[in-house]
Amino acid sequence: MCWFAARGWRPFPHQLAMVDVDRAGRSALLIAPTGAGKTLAGFLPSLIALAGNAPDKAADEPGGNSAKHSGGLHTLYISPLKALAVDIHRNLEIPIEEMALGIECETRTGDTPAHKRQRQRRKPPQILMTTPESLALLLSYADAPMIFGKLERVVVDELHALANTKRGDLLALGLARLQSLSLDLRRVGLSATVADERHLLAFLSPTGRADNAPVDIVRGAAGPAADVTILATSQYLPWSGHMATHALPEVYQAVKRAGTTIVFVNTRAQAEIVFQALWRLNDDNLPIALHHGSLAPEQRRKVEAAMARGILRAVVATSSLDLGIDWGAVDLVIQIGAPKGASRLVQRIGRANHRHDEPSRALLVPANRFEVLECRAALEAVKAGELDGDPPKPGGLDVLAQHITGMACEAPFTADGLYAEVTRAAPYAELSRATFDAVLDFVATGGYALRRYEQWHRLAQDEDGRWKIARPGFARRYRMNVGTIVQQPMIRVKLKRGRVLGEIEEYFVQGLVPGDSFVFAGELLRYVGMRELHAEVTRGGSNEDPKVPAYEGGKLPLTAMLAQRVRGLLAEPGRWRTLPPAVQEWLEIQRLRSELPEPDGLLVETFPRGRKEFLVAYCFEGRNAHQTLGMLLTRRMERAGLHPLGFVATDYIIAVWSLKPVRDVAALFAPDMLGDDLEAWMDESSMLRRSFRNVAVIAGLIERRHPGEQKTGKQVTFSSDLIYDVLRRHDPQHILLQATRADAAGGLTDIKRLGDMLTRVEGKIRHRRLRRLSPLAVPALLEIGKESVYGAGLDELMDEAATELIAEAMAEFTDDDPVPELPL
Amino acid sequence: MSVAIRINGAELEADPSGALWWPERSTLIVADLHFEKGSSYAPSGRLLPPYDTTETLVRLAAIVARLTPTRIVCLGDSLHDGDAVGRIAADDRARLAALMTGRDWIWIEGNHDPAPHGLGGRVLAEWVEGPLLFRHAARIAAQVSRSKKALPFAAGEISGHYHPRAGVNWRGRTVTGRCFVHDGARLVLPAFGAYTGGLDVGDPAIRSLFPRGFHIDLIGRERLHRFNSRVLFGARDG
Repeated sequence: MCWFAARGWRPFPHQLAMVDVDRAGRSALLIAPTGAGKTLAGFLPSLIALAGNAPDKAADEPGGNSAKHSGGLHTLYISPLKALAVDIHRNLEIPIEEMALGIECETRTGDTPAHKRQRQRRKPPQILMTTPESLALLLSYADAPMIFGKLERVVVDELHALANTKRGDLLALGLARLQSLSLDLRRVGLSATVADERHLLAFLSPTGRADNAPVDIVRGAAGPAADVTILATSQYLPWSGHMATHALPEVYQAVKRAGTTIVFVNTRAQAEIVFQALWRLNDDNLPIALHHGSLAPEQRRKVEAAMARGILRAVVATSSLDLGIDWGAVDLVIQIGAPKGASRLVQRIGRANHRHDEPSRALLVPANRFEVLECRAALEAVKAGELDGDPPKPGGLDVLAQHITGMACEAPFTADGLYAEVTRAAPYAELSRATFDAVLDFVATGGYALRRYEQWHRLAQDEDGRWKIARPGFARRYRMNVGTIVQQPMIRVKLKRGRVLGEIEEYFVQGLVPGDSFVFAGELLRYVGMRELHAEVTRGGSNEDPKVPAYEGGKLPLTAMLAQRVRGLLAEPGRWRTLPPAVQEWLEIQRLRSELPEPDGLLVETFPRGRKEFLVAYCFEGRNAHQTLGMLLTRRMERAGLHPLGFVATDYIIAVWSLKPVRDVAALFAPDMLGDDLEAWMDESSMLRRSFRNVAVIAGLIERRHPGEQKTGKQVTFSSDLIYDVLRRHDPQHILLQATRADAAGGLTDIKRLGDMLTRVEGKIRHRRLRRLSPLAVPALLEIGKESVYGAGLDELMDEAATELIAEAMAEFTDDDPVPELPL
Repeated sequence: MSVAIRINGAELEADPSGALWWPERSTLIVADLHFEKGSSYAPSGRLLPPYDTTETLVRLAAIVARLTPTRIVCLGDSLHDGDAVGRIAADDRARLAALMTGRDWIWIEGNHDPAPHGLGGRVLAEWVEGPLLFRHAARIAAQVSRSKKALPFAAGEISGHYHPRAGVNWRGRTVTGRCFVHDGARLVLPAFGAYTGGLDVGDPAIRSLFPRGFHIDLIGRERLHRFNSRVLFGARDG
């Protein structure tokens, strides 16, 4: 291949293998680490097929596929990130132009201007780069069969990041539709190494199943093992906390020694704090930037461009930089705080050094003693090549509802035909006809058992029994609400007489009083007040204790696989030699005073402190499952007359405090907790309300909050909580409630993980009654002061609030004040 | 557990359901029922669960069974819109009829439903009884006297319309809920309807009704919690 030779590159074997697979008319799953030229591997067959009569092209290859494409859209490239689609497009243009291939290649995302989007429908390019949401939109137009009728290949990038998510569900349904529109369509998935390959095979298969799927796995060479170390700090190792501020001077030194570093943190709040702290240490004035999802898009693009040009020495980033184009210059990845999962760590490590033949370097910086254990477990998992295996979830019913609506916009369909097509999408392969019909009924009529909307159906049936959208206006509304990402209401943060810095969750702004200082977008700001729909700020707040916006959904829990490894590490004192001395000492004293948790059972310690009784359970199931557990435990303890006062949950432990001690731990942790107690709690749980809100928006029951939406004097919209309450009381089997409960199995409540744990430890619970707190319990008690207390219902919270607030301010007027008489 | 509120000399009780109880006159007062709000969105393709009327009536029936009032006053916006009566389902009509049987039922005219017709009871623009005046929306004083006291005609006024809600900051979280708002002279009830949203008591529309400040009784899961407006807004505000 002359173009490659001219640039001094040789094609990788896997890149050529992809061409062979395509020629055989089969689909392909390319599994390769980052930096292995995956994208070119994905496109090469298309470039070859589409090459015109350019003389130096592969037309002289023997047995070449000479059937030329008859025009129209040939290849669709789908990426989870808009920015990635744009960057890949730019990169692809280089060989296209230099080889004068004459291939039309365009991008289509939410940012593409309207006139360009219209023209793309009328006259599609040969290669189109887009996102799953834009694909869903395209499939909802009546001209979809014309646009996609000759589609030959669809390439899904970062497939591992899409599969098993709601976005992936929507994409899978879209692929099933594409396959109906173009029967010979070949699918290509570009993926990092994963634990479960069959799941991805099924995703790429036209049948939605891995068995006998016409999909070949192509493997890129593994590349050298990553060089991962854990920072052995010379500072005092904290007992709790997540910011790792103790280690930042050492982090700064590491940044100085490296060329370009990505400093990964786990939450946006952490990103702001670490960024500030590094700049305070930045005596050498190194260019260090900040990147996270709440910053204004322009700001993020600037940082990305600077990275690409190699002028930054470090970027402090959240998962906002987990995916993206390769930056060859990054030679060090620092992970601050425990990585939470081995797959996530491997992916982040992969962002360093994309010269494929050199090892990536990574430094883990634990923020506290427990995190040291988690980092060690992660390191061992990476060395062993063990990745987190999340079992595949069935596809979301809310996503299915959105898809059905889109299909009704495109053209009339029969229930039989659409059911058959939908079950050819991997996440919906096991969908029952009854469930499909219930979702269809929801889309058409709302699906309410007791009250049918006789007149106002969204879908209508024609004489042939085919379903279509009842009114064109509904199609418009559908298209404005496409997507599966539902955000909390956000408020724009704007400098007084200046630019927009980014967005912050609404509830954080509600907690601000004019004059408050807070840290955002790397700056210390002072809150002035709300102006119309944005929060106005000025630079230079007070440096004393500025607030940091905490974001919901920032904290991923510890994965089951890592938890298992941490338990194993704790139980084997022989393996503690590699741990920092402070941690070894901590564990040794724990062994003396109490005991270490067994890998299989559950250790529960109880002890008195102050005038309260404490219970600490070392579950290691992640904070989401522990929060759910805390809610359920406190309910039980209340019924047992133990007067629970509150609880705190971390990734490692659940700690509950009460007036009376727990005596029968086995009874308290019995798996039947997940029966009536769970049902009752779920009825009240705010986490389920949040899940319901997401489900309701995705399914099209309620609309997204659009930026710039007006709130008039009387609130026009009302909270989805009210709808949830009414629905569960009057129609508890409604399909959206089923979808909500399915989400609750994982997600914020992680009920399935909790249930698995309770079953596993039944009969294997060790209860140690101690006279005082153990070393292992210290981090838990330190958390109590810091985090807001969960589990206290509105009433309990109000009691405390009321007592304090009433004490603060005596009522100005009492009942004894004279009031004017009514002159009648 | 209800909380005592005295307005213009009358002894009232705020109930955690959102209703107001006047034991001396055996009168129960609710505001802003907004029957059939859920179904009002259907023509635009938004098919919300059409159970809000039922839910509202069930909640009302529960307090009625507990307190057994001889009179019930609905302070306006009882129907969400002019066509709502026709949309009320047969079983909900029966529920309503059962509640009205053997009682004096007063519909105060609101702005969404100036005349709730065809539902029995009596329809009034305002109703005066003893020291209290019941109307849909609080009348804003045209003038305020030099001493900044509310003008006499506002004293004893019981109204709804504003759907008051309040948020309290506690340990970094904001907890919100519906609330009663009062200052001894007038009282604004929370909205009773199952699908009613709310307006924050900090909004000028509500604050301007209480120039000397006010108390709120915030509805928690089972109890009411009283706060002073100075505590909600910080000492520097009024």
